[in-house]
Amino acid sequence: MRAPPRPGPGAPRPYHFPATESHLLANGLRVLVAPLHRLPAATVLLLTPAGGEVEGADAAGLAALTAPALLEGTSQRDTNAQAAAFEQLGGEVFSAVAWTHADCGTTVMSSRLDATLGLLAETVMEPALPSAGVARLRDERQAELLQQQAEPRGLADDLLLASCFDAGDRLSRPLGGDMARVAACTDAMVRDFHRSRYVPRGSVLIVAGDVKADAVVRRAEATFGTWEDRTLPPHEGRSRAALPARVRVLHRPDAPQSELRVGHASVARTHPDFHALAVMNAILGGLFNSRINLNLRERHAYTYGAFSSFDWRRDASIFSASTAVQSEVTGPALREMLHEITRIREAPVAADELSLAVDYLTGVFPLRFETTAAIADALAMRIGFGLEPSYYDTYRERVRAVDAAAVLRVAQEHLHPDRLQVVVVGDAGVVEPALGELSLGAIERVSAGG
Amino acid sequence: MTPAPHTHTLANGLRVTLVEDNTTPVVAVNLWYHVGSANERPGRTGFAHLFEHMLFQGSEHVAANEHFELVQRSGGTLNGSTWLERTNYYETVPAHQLALALWLEADRMGRLLPGLTQEKLDTQREVVKNERRWSVDNQPYGTWWEKLPALAFPGEHPFHHSLIGSFEDLDAASLDDVREFFATWYAPDNAVLTIVGDVEPEAALALVETYFGGIPRGRARPALGDLSVPERFEGWRRQVVPDEVMASRLFLAFRSPPFGAVDADVATIVAAVLGNGKGSRLQQQLVRGRQVATSAAAFTFDLSRGRDLLVLDVTARPETSADILEAEVASVVDDFRRTGATPAEVERAIALSTTEFVTSMQSAQSRADRISQYMTYRGNAAELAAWSDRLAAVTTEQVNRWAAAWLGEDNRASLLYVPKATVEDHT
Repeated sequence: MRAPPRPGPGAPRPYHFPATESHLLANGLRVLVAPLHRLPAATVLLLTPAGGEVEGADAAGLAALTAPALLEGTSQRDTNAQAAAFEQLGGEVFSAVAWTHADCGTTVMSSRLDATLGLLAETVMEPALPSAGVARLRDERQAELLQQQAEPRGLADDLLLASCFDAGDRLSRPLGGDMARVAACTDAMVRDFHRSRYVPRGSVLIVAGDVKADAVVRRAEATFGTWEDRTLPPHEGRSRAALPARVRVLHRPDAPQSELRVGHASVARTHPDFHALAVMNAILGGLFNSRINLNLRERHAYTYGAFSSFDWRRDASIFSASTAVQSEVTGPALREMLHEITRIREAPVAADELSLAVDYLTGVFPLRFETTAAIADALAMRIGFGLEPSYYDTYRERVRAVDAAAVLRVAQEHLHPDRLQVVVVGDAGVVEPALGELSLGAIERVSAGG
Repeated sequence: MTPAPHTHTLANGLRVTLVEDNTTPVVAVNLWYHVGSANERPGRTGFAHLFEHMLFQGSEHVAANEHFELVQRSGGTLNGSTWLERTNYYETVPAHQLALALWLEADRMGRLLPGLTQEKLDTQREVVKNERRWSVDNQPYGTWWEKLPALAFPGEHPFHHSLIGSFEDLDAASLDDVREFFATWYAPDNAVLTIVGDVEPEAALALVETYFGGIPRGRARPALGDLSVPERFEGWRRQVVPDEVMASRLFLAFRSPPFGAVDADVATIVAAVLGNGKGSRLQQQLVRGRQVATSAAAFTFDLSRGRDLLVLDVTARPETSADILEAEVASVVDDFRRTGATPAEVERAIALSTTEFVTSMQSAQSRADRISQYMTYRGNAAELAAWSDRLAAVTTEQVNRWAAAWLGEDNRASLLYVPKATVEDHT
């Protein structure tokens, strides 16, 4: 049988990020509605300016403790009745924290939106924040941290955080806080944090789904309109001093693999080089066919997968490359990773590498926004980082404008091989000699949780 | 909801389901081969999954890793996965790239072998060993994926052995094994193709005919080993697993009706009453009430032949002993069995399961995957559309009858992970 020839693409069909309608309530709460009449479902999400970045380093974990505490009951019902009330409507309520904001919401059939908004208002405006519930959440976070001591990936991620920023910097600790600081968070602190940070002005009620904007606004006025107006100070960004290169090993005797992380602090999410950095990272380690993955996985079979990424933050992000490899090849795998980070700064990327990254990032765009929850989350991200309202409308043309010269420039300006923090969670007896051969500097051995 | 599915069978036996949905200019292509780890020969465990890796290593007109490159270059996402009874491959691409996705899938279904080399097999064998180290050996509780089926199914049963395989069996896999596995299982009459998205069904079907129509039917496929097991475990099988963990975790399995059976819908609601959501019994009573656990969930394996497994997965607080964890979970299950759920609990479970179902249908790929699942296991895509209605019709009485009949001590298998440091207390 003769094979049919490889087809060319058809003509792309237009795609526009869903249009939104915005309305400001008298108390400062913004209502943002994205009507999507696809399936009879709607996602509601209340975003508040109560993210991890507003804490001091000494209170690390307070925001992450406060968000789920909203689900420990309200002035009108206890925690079980609150969960049951949402779930009776078909929605599983969540309340979570990001660095830039906290959000609380659910997805329901749109016919149940009105009742859901009422429950959500009660949850955010009148949480009971009982001592016992806060104590339990604190115990659960501590249990999670204890569990993580047996979890190589989480250990490696947290050790990289701690290596990329000064110890006194909030960003050096996990969003959920660390053992000592979470232990110090009291229920009184949670109530204070809620009182001061969960305010309507600066908060946004996002509704995406099979709804009419004017009906949502009316209902929002009825349910959130009594929330007392107060003003928060605006976010003040600050830059971070660069740290020198360091090598840290967390010893796990007889570990079958080494978890590797290399990275350093990088620029703010709002930096004008964002789109060029996204293209550069896709080529370096973001795509399956990126340089790092093809090298470590497909050429050398060192790993199941290797990649690089930016963990975007408002003031200072983290650039990192990650993988897990058999202990015996820790040295060679690390050398190949460092080689790729250096190489992308030395010469322009090839035309086919560039077009792969640009075509992927622009083409995959509609696929990222198939569901009401994905659209609500995308709006929350945009608002949380303070990006302009046209961010999603201009994203693709900005990515298409990135050329090989721009990729080279941002690689040279924003990747710093001389400042890389190297983190290895593995068998120190095996990996330390290999690290020594790479001459990356003094090796510091650290312990879990330390 | 969007239009009903169109289903066709090509002359070579390939079953095709098409659903038009014009809300987003994307299309999902989803291909299920009715072969999984259950079809492996003794001494070749992990082969179906290793083979899945080989299917991304190129075919006659596609170079190694070019499948990934072409799909990502087109603005699409892709992957594949292997399970006990099936292997799936899928792409979601902008709608105008449908032909490319179909051509890529057809080239490897029809013409894989010319692209095959020993070097590619050796590389992927090492990649899979690293996958095993990463997901099983160096991961707390990671061995549960192989220990629970091993405990729940007898030694020679097709579901008993490891899905990802042992290092020994992976090392033993040869290029001839790859060729034979392909020739046996990767044929159009052993596959189901689903297309969901912004496509015109007649035009899409014409493309399918162009790319897949010339691929010949497969040869006779060997029958699976005996899948029958007793309806119940006929006792409580227990295994204690000392592991590098800081807190105990219990996997408690019950034999339950196979995927697609009427009683499997009831089992879904039973699982949701017990372990889906904050309002579920395990989360209310053990995580928030008595505070002996940090998380709790319940789910089914969706096995379509013999008996399925309904599994509870509960993690203890670090200070809760394994014995107490097991006793507490058992008390929640026993209480449910004895006194039954309330109508409000069943209503909650149905509402939550229905919303999860409807919202999962928003994604073209997850809808396509569920359609492929129904086509492969049940030969019927329309059954999926009726699923939420069937869930909504489950009654409290059915739930309680099910719980009384199947949650007993005569139908349990448990895997209890305990921190190695405390193992002396449990041996």
